[in-house]
Amino acid sequence: MQYEAVIGLEVHVQVKTATKMFCGCKNEYGAEVNTQVCPVCLGLPGALPTPNEHAIVKTIAAGLMLGCEIAPICKFDRKHYFYPDMPKNYQITQYDLPLCLRGGVILEKYAFPKDVQKEDFATAQKVIRLVRIHLEEDVAKSFHFEEQSGIDFNRAGTPLMEIVSEADLSSAEEAFAYLTTLRQIMVYGGISDADMEKGQMRCDVNISVRPVGQKEFGTKTEIKNLNSISGVRRALQYEIPRQIEVVSKGGSIRQETRRWDDASGQTIIMRVKENAHDYRYFPEPDLLPVRTDQGLKAEAEKLIPELPRQKKERFMKDFGLSDYQAEVLAQERALADYYDEAVKGSSHGAAIANYIINDFLATGPDLNQLPIPASHFRELAELVGGNKINSKQAKEVLAEMFNSHRAPALIVAEKGLEQVTDTAQLETFCDEAIAANEKSVADYRSGKTGAINALKGFVMKKTKGQANPAVIDEILRKKLS
Amino acid sequence: MKSSIDVAYVAGLARLELSEQETETFQKQIAGILDYVEALQQIDVSSVPDTPIDPNLPTNVLREDTQRESLPVESVLRNAPKSANHLVIMPKIVE
Repeated sequence: MQYEAVIGLEVHVQVKTATKMFCGCKNEYGAEVNTQVCPVCLGLPGALPTPNEHAIVKTIAAGLMLGCEIAPICKFDRKHYFYPDMPKNYQITQYDLPLCLRGGVILEKYAFPKDVQKEDFATAQKVIRLVRIHLEEDVAKSFHFEEQSGIDFNRAGTPLMEIVSEADLSSAEEAFAYLTTLRQIMVYGGISDADMEKGQMRCDVNISVRPVGQKEFGTKTEIKNLNSISGVRRALQYEIPRQIEVVSKGGSIRQETRRWDDASGQTIIMRVKENAHDYRYFPEPDLLPVRTDQGLKAEAEKLIPELPRQKKERFMKDFGLSDYQAEVLAQERALADYYDEAVKGSSHGAAIANYIINDFLATGPDLNQLPIPASHFRELAELVGGNKINSKQAKEVLAEMFNSHRAPALIVAEKGLEQVTDTAQLETFCDEAIAANEKSVADYRSGKTGAINALKGFVMKKTKGQANPAVIDEILRKKLS
Repeated sequence: MKSSIDVAYVAGLARLELSEQETETFQKQIAGILDYVEALQQIDVSSVPDTPIDPNLPTNVLREDTQRESLPVESVLRNAPKSANHLVIMPKIVE
């Protein structure tokens, strides 16, 4: 029997703000422990929360970028449970009226892992529907020691979005592409840095399997402790076959929470879910409702940048880039902005893209701190386009440019790379070449067109490699005809 | 319909250790309170529209994203029964 996996993801994304969700403590990663806390985020008696407007605006912006409907009015609720990382014994979250509803994520080919981008499922442009996005507060960070645990409350109360997908994903690769796309959009919109290794984006996976054609879902397990997008892929590559194996042998899956152990490449059982949590949700009485249609949504709209898909299309249309070039440059906002800067006012968009992708990126630069001024690439493209130097010389300039960060025109002048474009001079050299290579001339005239290369080589030597091969070719052919 | 609350279950959720005697006492007391509130069920609310959010409430009472001073770490830890290296220390959490 054929089985299929049914996967839904719950993704938590830390919202990038200056301060926490309900108090003015700094929202910053990596500060000294317990230095960014106050009576509100410690849940001290009598302390009252006030929502951070910017966090709400950014969550709406995330919703708009993901095609969600924005609720005109919403509220906050309390979710009760007892755990040391939550000082109030309830978490302020949104239950029945979240900020954003529905929407979806399109899985583009390039979001898939490189090794499967040629597969049919990677080019299907599948849409993963979202259920909702709500805004809540994060919990404190726990550290586990030999005999005890320690709590740092700096993270407690920082704004956190939860993005819940429908169970539309059906493979480890789709989960990878979904997370890659979500992350890209979050970073593009400045919503979050969404670094999974820093816990800025966290993912819980719900997965079950069922025979192909069956409508009902199988029993699902939940996988936690996933610290990277490729980790999610590996965990599913393990868990899907594990479940299929159990079910196909007549066994049954228990509803349980499993932990991904990247070192051993296995999911390990954490706990069996005995009964569903009873969170006793009720409306947060300390907070008033939020209307999005009185300015908040308009504020959010202002935050929305040109998204990767739109950017890619513009690069192809305006600068004549290939699908691949446009995709590579549009993937990261920092790189896209850099290309936009480089190409400003130039008609050599494709050449500039080439230098950046094939030469510059190959040196592995830090995209957030690109060391070369973008205009250098424009300058280089102009030099080549204007026949000042040839493409071979351009490579030489690039190497020097990556090394010294100096401007191409300067490098050309210093190295005396200026191409010989004086045609009178080149004509003389060509005449010399013809006079000195009787055999090649005879061969060429008898139809061996390749023989012209010997003549070209002669001229190139004379000019110390600084002539435009196309120009020499033209002169030689004219003289030999 | 009579509402009821299972005191033993709720105590479990709230991590409260109640004796059998206490459970029984609270069960009776809570039943009394529920009976009292039950009186509300007699009011006919069929003409009142179902609104999850009271439309008369003020909305958008929000704060700007500007930083305010946090507590000094010594004050933060003052209520903690145990601390070390500025962390609040507790019995080991077992996942």
